[in-house]
Amino acid sequence: MRKIIALASGLLFSFGLIISDMVNPARVIAFLDVTGDWDPTLGFVMGGAITTASIAWIIARPRKSAYFGGTIPPMPTQPVDRNLVTGSAIFGIGWGLVGICPGPAIVAMSFGKWEVAVFIVAMMAGMALYNFGWFKLPKLGLGPA
Amino acid sequence: MNPDWINAIIGGLMIGTATGILMLGNGRIAGISGILGGWIGSSKPSDWAERALFLIGLLAAPLVYYASNSVPQITVTNSFPLLVIGGLAVGIGTIMGSGCTSGHGICGNSRLSKRSIVATLTFMATGGITVAALNYFA
Repeated sequence: MRKIIALASGLLFSFGLIISDMVNPARVIAFLDVTGDWDPTLGFVMGGAITTASIAWIIARPRKSAYFGGTIPPMPTQPVDRNLVTGSAIFGIGWGLVGICPGPAIVAMSFGKWEVAVFIVAMMAGMALYNFGWFKLPKLGLGPA
Repeated sequence: MNPDWINAIIGGLMIGTATGILMLGNGRIAGISGILGGWIGSSKPSDWAERALFLIGLLAAPLVYYASNSVPQITVTNSFPLLVIGGLAVGIGTIMGSGCTSGHGICGNSRLSKRSIVATLTFMATGGITVAALNYFA
């Protein structure tokens, strides 16, 4: 059952990205282009997504475990730290440069465009670089990492 | 065809429902960078299969959709260096920052996680500055 849930969630997530046109990098860049010809579409997508996702969190509130095993993810206990802020800042730069974030990157692979393929290879290389500890923040004395 | 903003809201509701199903059913956060990053790194075989199935779902939906609908035009830069630098930054940044537009932007924000709110404001800000800078210099 867990495997069916995982597949169904991936399919529904992907259909949502397609219908809302978030698979189109130009659309994402137009949202980030606040000083230019601003396109609020991504804001509507986020608003819709946060609406149903918060309903799910409200349903989850009295529960300790998920319906098909595992625990309801607890609130993160780590504080806002340097890795969170630096990592998010670096992600935002990459997002602004190309207009693709991880979800739409995978969905857009089906377009068969070499540009998306290059982006994905670089993105997965970046993830691997960080996962294997080959990319570390230099110590800048900005507080605990 | 619906106006764009209606499609955006419908698509958003679907995305939020998808994250809700995964969280309530399997106790997992539907953060794409987390799922992909964990899949690349080591994880238990059962865990690995669930991550893989979620990713297969992401990949399969457009093939199903475009079998009966026209493939939309997407516009993306064709600058090789920009694609490589952008991809590396998204890969490193989302793992270092423990999330992306889905994990922080949707899942975390919808439960009012302070970390996710800070992360979202940060990547929206640097994304906006990057687009403004590209427009200015390019």
